[in-house]
Amino acid sequence: MAAHLSYGRVNLNILREAARKELREFLDKCAGSKAIVWDEYLTGPFGLIAQYSLLKEHEVEKMFTLKSGRLPAADVKNIIFFVRPRLELMDIIAENVFSEDKMHSSRDFHILFVPRRSMLCEQRLKEQGVLASFVNIDEYILDLIPYDGDLLSMEYESAFRECYLENDQTSLYHTAKGLMTLQALYGTIPQIYGKGDCARHVANMMLRMKREFAGSQNQILPVFDTLLLLDRNVDLLTPLATQLTYEGLIDEIYGITNGYVKLPPEKFAQKKQGEASKDLPTESKKLQLNSAEELYAEIRDKNFNAVGAALSKKAKIISAAFEERHNAKTVGEIKQFVSQLPHMQAARSSLANHTSVAELIKDITTSEAFFDNLTVEQEFMTGVDTDKVNTYIEDCIAQKDPLIKILRLVCMQSVCNNGFKQKVFDYYKREILQTYGYEHILTLNNLEKAGLLKPQMSSRNNYPTIRKTLKLWMEDANEQNPNDISYVYSGYAPLSIRLTQVLARPGWRSIEEVLKMLPGPHFEERQQLPAGLHKKRQQGENRTTLVFFLGGVSYAEIAALRFLSQMEDSGMEYIIATTKLLNGTTWIKSLMDRPEAQTS
Amino acid sequence: MAFITANWNPLGEAFYRKMELYEMCWSLGDGLRDCLVAAAPYGGPIALLREPHRRSPSSRPQLEIYSASGVAIASFPWKSGPVVQLGWTVSDELLFIQEDGSVLIYDVFGSFKRHFSMGQEVVQSQVLEAKVFHSPYGTGVAIVTGSSRFILATNIDDLKLRRLPEVPGLQGTPSCWVVLTQDRQTKVLLSNGPELYILDNTSCTAVCPPGLGPQAGSIVHMSVSFSYKYLALFTDTGHLWTGSSHLQDKLIEVDTKKTTPPKQMVWCRRPKSQQPSVVLMWDKLLMVAGVCQDNIQFPIEDLCVLVGELDGVRIISSTNQELLQEVPLVCQEIFKIASMAPGALLLEAHREYEKSSQKADEYLREIKEQSMLGEAVRQCVEAAGHEYDSNTQKSLLRAASFGKCFLTDFSPDPFVSTCRELRVLNGVRESSVGLPLTHTQFKQMTLQVLIDRLVYRQFYPLAIEICRYLKIPDYQGVSRVLKHWASCKVQQKDLTDEAIARAVCVKVGDSPGVSYSHIAAKAYECGRTELAIKLLDFEARSGEQVPLLLKMKRSQLALSKAVESGDTDLVYTVVTYLKNEMNRGDFFMTLRNQPVALSLYRQFCKLQEQETLKDLYNQDDDHQELANYHVTASYREKRLDSRLSLLQSAVDEYNKAKNEFSAKATEDEMRLLRFQRKLDDEKGAGLLGLSLQATMEALLALGLHKQAEQLYRDFKVPDKRYWWLKLKSLAEKEEWDELEKFSKSKKSPIGYLAFVDVCMKSNNKYEAKKYVSKVTPEQRVKAHLAVSDLEGAADAAIERKNESEMGAVLARCSASDHLLIDRLNRAAAAKK
Repeated sequence: MAAHLSYGRVNLNILREAARKELREFLDKCAGSKAIVWDEYLTGPFGLIAQYSLLKEHEVEKMFTLKSGRLPAADVKNIIFFVRPRLELMDIIAENVFSEDKMHSSRDFHILFVPRRSMLCEQRLKEQGVLASFVNIDEYILDLIPYDGDLLSMEYESAFRECYLENDQTSLYHTAKGLMTLQALYGTIPQIYGKGDCARHVANMMLRMKREFAGSQNQILPVFDTLLLLDRNVDLLTPLATQLTYEGLIDEIYGITNGYVKLPPEKFAQKKQGEASKDLPTESKKLQLNSAEELYAEIRDKNFNAVGAALSKKAKIISAAFEERHNAKTVGEIKQFVSQLPHMQAARSSLANHTSVAELIKDITTSEAFFDNLTVEQEFMTGVDTDKVNTYIEDCIAQKDPLIKILRLVCMQSVCNNGFKQKVFDYYKREILQTYGYEHILTLNNLEKAGLLKPQMSSRNNYPTIRKTLKLWMEDANEQNPNDISYVYSGYAPLSIRLTQVLARPGWRSIEEVLKMLPGPHFEERQQLPAGLHKKRQQGENRTTLVFFLGGVSYAEIAALRFLSQMEDSGMEYIIATTKLLNGTTWIKSLMDRPEAQTS
Repeated sequence: MAFITANWNPLGEAFYRKMELYEMCWSLGDGLRDCLVAAAPYGGPIALLREPHRRSPSSRPQLEIYSASGVAIASFPWKSGPVVQLGWTVSDELLFIQEDGSVLIYDVFGSFKRHFSMGQEVVQSQVLEAKVFHSPYGTGVAIVTGSSRFILATNIDDLKLRRLPEVPGLQGTPSCWVVLTQDRQTKVLLSNGPELYILDNTSCTAVCPPGLGPQAGSIVHMSVSFSYKYLALFTDTGHLWTGSSHLQDKLIEVDTKKTTPPKQMVWCRRPKSQQPSVVLMWDKLLMVAGVCQDNIQFPIEDLCVLVGELDGVRIISSTNQELLQEVPLVCQEIFKIASMAPGALLLEAHREYEKSSQKADEYLREIKEQSMLGEAVRQCVEAAGHEYDSNTQKSLLRAASFGKCFLTDFSPDPFVSTCRELRVLNGVRESSVGLPLTHTQFKQMTLQVLIDRLVYRQFYPLAIEICRYLKIPDYQGVSRVLKHWASCKVQQKDLTDEAIARAVCVKVGDSPGVSYSHIAAKAYECGRTELAIKLLDFEARSGEQVPLLLKMKRSQLALSKAVESGDTDLVYTVVTYLKNEMNRGDFFMTLRNQPVALSLYRQFCKLQEQETLKDLYNQDDDHQELANYHVTASYREKRLDSRLSLLQSAVDEYNKAKNEFSAKATEDEMRLLRFQRKLDDEKGAGLLGLSLQATMEALLALGLHKQAEQLYRDFKVPDKRYWWLKLKSLAEKEEWDELEKFSKSKKSPIGYLAFVDVCMKSNNKYEAKKYVSKVTPEQRVKAHLAVSDLEGAADAAIERKNESEMGAVLARCSASDHLLIDRLNRAAAAKK
């Protein structure tokens, strides 16, 4: 079921299994039948650790969503709240417990805090007078959740906002803890590199925690050679750009949440003739997207322009495979053919699905609006007229295009120009406020605080230097048979991934100048390995780097790292970890404040 | 060596030996008479509570604690109430069970630790008899009260008192009783005259030992074995019955021909015993009674105390201490006279070898011929473990080592570990330490427990040396010892805080797993707050320091440690604590010095206490945030005037923050709101809350052109956006004449292609065509194409000699337009 997690260089299934074991242990602590009351936000991430069947095996009979008022009726002995440690949730729990108490039911209550228990929350429960009602108060340390064979995410949505707007480093503490858990399972990571203030903070915490746990560390041969911590604010540009890989586009257009995407049903409905009555065509089609699906693993990271060719090639292979049946003469051959049928049928339905998805996306990518938008993005990235008010943005505002699209573009221009001249800045802001409403002044202030929008302080714009030194723009990006990471944005090579690439070879010393232009310190730390655990590297054996994006990472960046892993001469394999999988839209959204007027 | 069997006494198939463990170091004037004695198993310490010579109200009994070898550890007069029973816990604590049912706990050095009570009813009825027992659950206490009820506590560290059911017909104390642990239940077995009962949680059942006839008389003494498996009963007619403690099987019944009940009766057996036996002690006689009808009798001169062990019985007298045990089978095989066991031959071979005699070879050959050399080595190693005398150990181990040389494929592990363990055991058996542990006992109690016991006795250097010698991971070994040492060190009253802190730091360093906060907590418990703070400084885990610092009221320090840990929940905890402890001003000042804590508190306020948030910004003169705060607040207002006044505050703050743009924008917002309210009142336009753009849109839709125009001018709306707005609005309402007029009002800032597109969107080709000619040359092809005028598009493209434009036109041509296609192709070719 989660086999795809163990295919990669690092067996991430170990992490999943450890998480499952801990969950089972907790469930067994509450003897008897149970109902789980879920903090809704947790159900997605939990689905990646344990399906309902596991819960059922441990006598979980009912599941509810946490909401205020009374708990739904359920004939169970235990009520377990699975919640994030948030005060507002504590108040709801207190309400639930009170209403149960009034009914004099003899149930046992338990709380499982995810990912960590909180004294503040327990204090709140105490103030509400319900703390004593809980038989068990426990924590379920779920920091890093395996999303794929090479991908871990904390799905901590507000991490970037908290770090850069609110100076709240809770997410970084969880990150450090998560990395400690990872090291407990996969061995101490001997080398740590980092760039950015948050990276520095996380590294400091890790080093301190290591001292704290000194002596109790496992004697495990290190699986990771290097950890690279990167602040999202070192590279604000990349997530703003429209991703052009297959997976990136699916995320940009339909949004991928916890490994699933919901798609408009029309393209999928007609294919199932017999069961048309069963499937309501209005219900959107839900697809799971991960490397367990062979075809998807093959095309997810391709530039969308290369997906069509890959799909038709696959179609030919599959129909050829089906044609084989005519060649099967002997009973043995027929038997062999039949044994392969399930696999082939799965491949065929997978092909049908992705052909439909590709068609859906193609309708959008071939539209003029998409093309115009992309042209402007590329102009900004190549530094064309970034210092003036852009007519396309102006027109989009006049046409009242979605605000987030406008913000993405304006922020991108600001980043590429290292800030606006005051006049240009004020113009954009006024346009946005007048068109979309004055309440967005808060959002604009937030974006300014996060550095996504800013007035030009110095006359010097660093971006062209950075672009040239790091070769962020490649004129002749090859979309079909890429030879450089720039294919993921059809020309633009993500800054974050260039930093990663340069670190592997020839090393950051070669780009000291550029690193100084980017915000935050860069650093290197070494962690002492216990004697006898030094790896003896085989000739030609690849090194493994864990790249941790603090504040989020986009699918296109992941694709670029996978591309680097697959390059024959790179000598490096990457495992990716992040606080949140994001795209420009979800990212900007997380930074917005939208008060709703009560005045009538 | 030849005398090894000299002290062996045969009993049936087995042999019993009595070995001297110690000449006792103590000098007891009155021997063990008139004493309450408690000696802990596994070679534990001995406690004596000696009644004063003359009973008078002023004289107090004297309590003395000795090591098993008789080294005095503590001595003090007993000033509390009358003691019924003494007993040791599994962690070397001494229990005093008093008449009133209170149980006092002292450590091995005689300092009071805590106390508990066996229940309120006992205060009245008094404790008549008490027993301390050990089970897998820990140390337990059982008592019989004056009202003949039994009360049990199975584990004194997790006190749960259980009152057992009444025993029918029992008055005062039973004639004898024992505590049994069976099937995970603790029970009491007691005899009352001729009756024998089993008492468990719920019932009292009369039982009858199989094969013990009524002629045997009533039971006056009973004893249960170390493992609770066997039971021995002694009747008033001198019969000894032994059997399983389940009372289902009988082992033997012997007539001891003694009519007085023994002083003490203890099981003497070992794991894998050949035949369990019982040791009975009378005033001048010690008797070992086994399975056969035979027995062994030892005369004794002095009053003794028997201590049952896992694999024997210790006999403590006022002058010496002996261990009586069944000789282990392997020792029998090796040392029995004329034994031909492989181990015996190997020992002989080695002896000859040391004498440089060729007989060594003969012996060796004999063993090898039977391919028994491996077995021989194993026997020697095992026997060495069982021997107490180090010379015997050495000769056995040397023989084993010698034999090993002739074996190729033999694991050295048992040999090595036995050597190491014996070295440790010999070390702790030293009289100065006084832990007379046998190898079997050591294996059973584990090394961990041995180290704990050394630590309880404060033999720190020895404990550390053992840990290092046996290469135990620091975390479980040295660190635990150091932790205990440090906790003890901080209680040393004659040293200054500095000296202690330094000493602790030097010794403990950063040994893994030693928690400085744990040590500091100890120091604080002893009232040494300053020392505690000093020690906390060494703690690497900042998180650990916080709770103690708060307890010691060092809240500022706690806050900075919490911040240091990075654990935001911990910071929140301290902040909430401070908030309740301090006045508001001090609280804010404290936060000000801790930016991380301050931002977290702000987060908290944002969700929970909006008003406080304002105060915080005010205090920091953070005008920007204050202004944002007012803006946010304004949206929560139901009434427009209060909303406006909040916005006015925001404007003021933005001005103070020198954020001119935001100030201006907020003023604009107020202006817009007033305008909207006015128009809503006048015309019922429903504008309030719309954006400026949406307002103008609505006005145009309502035909209120003048008002829209006014906003356009007042708010300096860029021409482009206004033109777009008006263009779309007019087209939507299909006011084509107005639109044409508008297009001519001045030169369009958005060009004329927009006009074409918008008209086409309303499907009005006729109107659209009007604007095609006005489009700039660059966009002309597009304009023609938009109105599907291919001819015009082609003309424009050819005129402009633009290849890609020609291509765009070509792409739109269908097969019927072949003339046009030719023309375009020719033009394109000409260009090349």
